[in-house]
Amino acid sequence: MSRSPAAPAGSLLAAAGLHKAYGPTTALAGADFSVHPGEVVAVMGPSGSGKSTLLHCLAGIVRPDAGTVRYGARDLPSLSDAERSAVRRTEFGFVFQFGQLVPELTCLENVALPLRLNGVKRKAAEQEALHRLEQLEVADARGQRPGEMSGGQSQRVAVARALVTTPRVIFADEPTGALDSLNGERVMRLLTEAARDTRAAVVLVTHEARVAAYADREVVVRDGRARDMAGVGLS
Amino acid sequence: MSIGHTLLALLESGPRHGYDLKRAFDARFGHDRPLHYGQVYATMSRLLKNGLVEVDGIEHGDGPERKRYAITDAGITDVGRWLAEPEKPEPYLQSVLYTKVVVALLTGRDADSLLDAQRTEHLRLMRELTRRKVSGDLADQLICDHALFHLEADLRWLEITAARLDQLAETVRP
Repeated sequence: MSRSPAAPAGSLLAAAGLHKAYGPTTALAGADFSVHPGEVVAVMGPSGSGKSTLLHCLAGIVRPDAGTVRYGARDLPSLSDAERSAVRRTEFGFVFQFGQLVPELTCLENVALPLRLNGVKRKAAEQEALHRLEQLEVADARGQRPGEMSGGQSQRVAVARALVTTPRVIFADEPTGALDSLNGERVMRLLTEAARDTRAAVVLVTHEARVAAYADREVVVRDGRARDMAGVGLS
Repeated sequence: MSIGHTLLALLESGPRHGYDLKRAFDARFGHDRPLHYGQVYATMSRLLKNGLVEVDGIEHGDGPERKRYAITDAGITDVGRWLAEPEKPEPYLQSVLYTKVVVALLTGRDADSLLDAQRTEHLRLMRELTRRKVSGDLADQLICDHALFHLEADLRWLEITAARLDQLAETVRP
């Protein structure tokens, strides 16, 4: 096996030379990416540019055809499915556009669920879940089920659930895509504040510039390649 | 912004000195650009001349005398007329950005890089405004939102133009 290139100094998660194709369609064509602890990076780009595929590769959901994803000392694509699943469950948090809460469970139970799956006892899990719901300003809805809440509330509960395990990396794929401006802003403010409090890195896929403006820097994916815009200036 | 109308409106709650008017204006509207004293006194002289304010009293202290201004009925009518009249929407048809893109294409320069650099600069400012908004009060939030929505509109244009650059190049190159 060839040795993977060194990750950028101080990075928490770093990908190099990612390739991924779905049949004849190339989604990633040599994408590089890195994020540091406590950093929020926005991933932008036109529809179909490979943004979500990049996020899925970084999160160990999808195995790339080639390339490396270094997370600490580990290369995620080289891990077994069970090992990657364990990393996702214990060290990563996820927020998607919608449909991520279990409809039969209350908010409190939804948020406590990742801890319960990790073997934490109910009382301790629910105590931590309540703390996260308070942090996301949605503790009043603790006893409600997802169908009984507004979109903004549901999304804040989803963010609380993503944070409950104190993940080191939070992956957010269009987290405000289904929300109006005010609710979207609120979700972004609370998500980035909470992440910065715990020094979690955030990989934020969005097509909205106003959402990306909550990030520390921006990476643009075009034609399957990721370009860090920090180095682009008016020279 | 019409400074005259805004100062007039501030007088509707009661007579004020020029200095008080400046402070009230700066607190509500002066965020990045506080008024100069000269602007206030020049504006008040004009409003006085046009009968929209009157001198309500003069204080003689150690320093120069201080006039207290009061709004007149004509002034109140003028504020009402100003508020009722919609602002002319800015058509933005003389865009510097568009001109730069076309000039880059005409002269064989890299229009893609130009758009990328502009995009980065826009997002940098949007990040700055977002930080200010998050830590600010409601007035900060609303003022920053107004700027953010305009910058976002520019960004959308930059993205669409980047996507149509080849097409545009065919139409502008000789």
